[in-house]
Amino acid sequence: MGGTPLPANVKLIDENGRRMDGRMPEEMRPLKIEAGVLKRADGSAYVEWGNNKVMAAVYGPRECHPRHLQNPERALVQCNYNMASFSVDERKRPGPDRRSHEISKIISEALTNVVFTEYFPRTSIDVYIEVLQANAGTRCAGLTAASVALADAGVPMRDLVASCAAGKVANTVVVDLNKEEDNFGQADIPVGYVPRSNEIVLLQMDGDLTLEEFNKGLHMAVDACKKVYQIQRDALKRRYSARAADEDVPAPIVEGAMMREGQ
Amino acid sequence: MGKDVVADLKRDYISKLLAKGVRVDGRKFEEMRPLTIEVDYIKSAEGSARIQLGDTQVVVGIKIDKGEPFSDTPNSGVLTTNAELIPMASETFESGPPDEISIEVARVVDRGIREGHAVDLSKMVLEPGKAVWIMFVDVHVIDYDGNLFDAANIAANAAFKTAIIRGSKAGLSEDQPLPVQHQPISVTVVKIDGKILVDPTHDEERVADARLTVATLENGNLCAMQKGLNGAFTMEEVFKVVDLSRRIGADIRSRF
Repeated sequence: MGGTPLPANVKLIDENGRRMDGRMPEEMRPLKIEAGVLKRADGSAYVEWGNNKVMAAVYGPRECHPRHLQNPERALVQCNYNMASFSVDERKRPGPDRRSHEISKIISEALTNVVFTEYFPRTSIDVYIEVLQANAGTRCAGLTAASVALADAGVPMRDLVASCAAGKVANTVVVDLNKEEDNFGQADIPVGYVPRSNEIVLLQMDGDLTLEEFNKGLHMAVDACKKVYQIQRDALKRRYSARAADEDVPAPIVEGAMMREGQ
Repeated sequence: MGKDVVADLKRDYISKLLAKGVRVDGRKFEEMRPLTIEVDYIKSAEGSARIQLGDTQVVVGIKIDKGEPFSDTPNSGVLTTNAELIPMASETFESGPPDEISIEVARVVDRGIREGHAVDLSKMVLEPGKAVWIMFVDVHVIDYDGNLFDAANIAANAAFKTAIIRGSKAGLSEDQPLPVQHQPISVTVVKIDGKILVDPTHDEERVADARLTVATLENGNLCAMQKGLNGAFTMEEVFKVVDLSRRIGADIRSRF
């Protein structure tokens, strides 16, 4: 980002205001979410978002390791974001790097905001995010998947966190940047949003934006998050109506897990 | 926060004062702590600064050596930012490999100076694709009383100002000043009981619900941002913090 010059044959925004993949500025890439895709995990979700493929699994609440991190009053939400070595063009060295540490931290914080951690003192709720194929926007895809996986695990939550980025390419404010737009764009603003409280729980920004562009971008990102939220809910509904039909038991009320009292 | 009994007690105290519109140290909500900047503090470094922001003290040292560029940026010098939270600075810091707090500090400081193009890396090329200047920005926290993000950011900007590239390290006869072009200044706030407090102390950070850092440039544009902690911000609060950062950032910039 920033310094890299744009190859002459690539046009990020064409004469009709369309982006290189044909999208309009406020248009997201196709997003598909499936809940409950892994057998062993307590909860899981798979997200295909444009050319991103991201899997999230939840274990817990379970005994907290390392023990010194235990909190006698709350559960600890520990997220681990990892990119597969084959998820990017040039092989990524396996294992955590500084970027993934940071992303794990901010996603843990965003998820902690919506989990009723006070129900499970001393425990840990472990969230594993695996990026299998990366095409920009993996932290948003990861957070989106992790929220669904937590709900799938039956973890009591105030709401789901929905996530999407806005950014600036060719001096135009757009949402959900793809890889080329991210590489040759001018700014990126990943946002994590909680619809029921209308609050922002993840926010980063890099690049160059005027005040007006930032205002516009944040509004566009939040609007996109609302669309993501709908798809997250649909995935959970699908999962549990399917299971209910299979097992001939009443479908659990998914919204019940997201009930919010007071606030 | 149950783990931290002191934080529970302090939270009460801080909350009660905030309800009356007062901070523990008597500051206004939107007021920074006193800032002193000492540049060229470390003679063995190519650039350095020691910053005191209230009781937080940070030393930033810049080392510049000859090295190879990254293969995807053959015409650009290399910028590497690192932060060390050494045990001397706080009873909660431990020696050893960087933990996620120091990684976040390093990455947020890096984001500000990189995305704000503080240094013109294209002017730090010796031989395209082969040899460039590699600049290490090392943040050393020696006394920790909160807001490492801004202390380190200000210290880095101050250190850039007087940094020199030593020609002798690449067999050149002349030294040159570091090609500094912008001053991306970050301003950090925390939210406690719905109130936005600029430049939090350690105690305020410990009881804070949420944190937001915004870095801005001379022209008022935004170049980096990072939200932290478990709490949340409304959109209106985000815009308010952006406005604060632009105003306070301009003030800090005038101190250089």
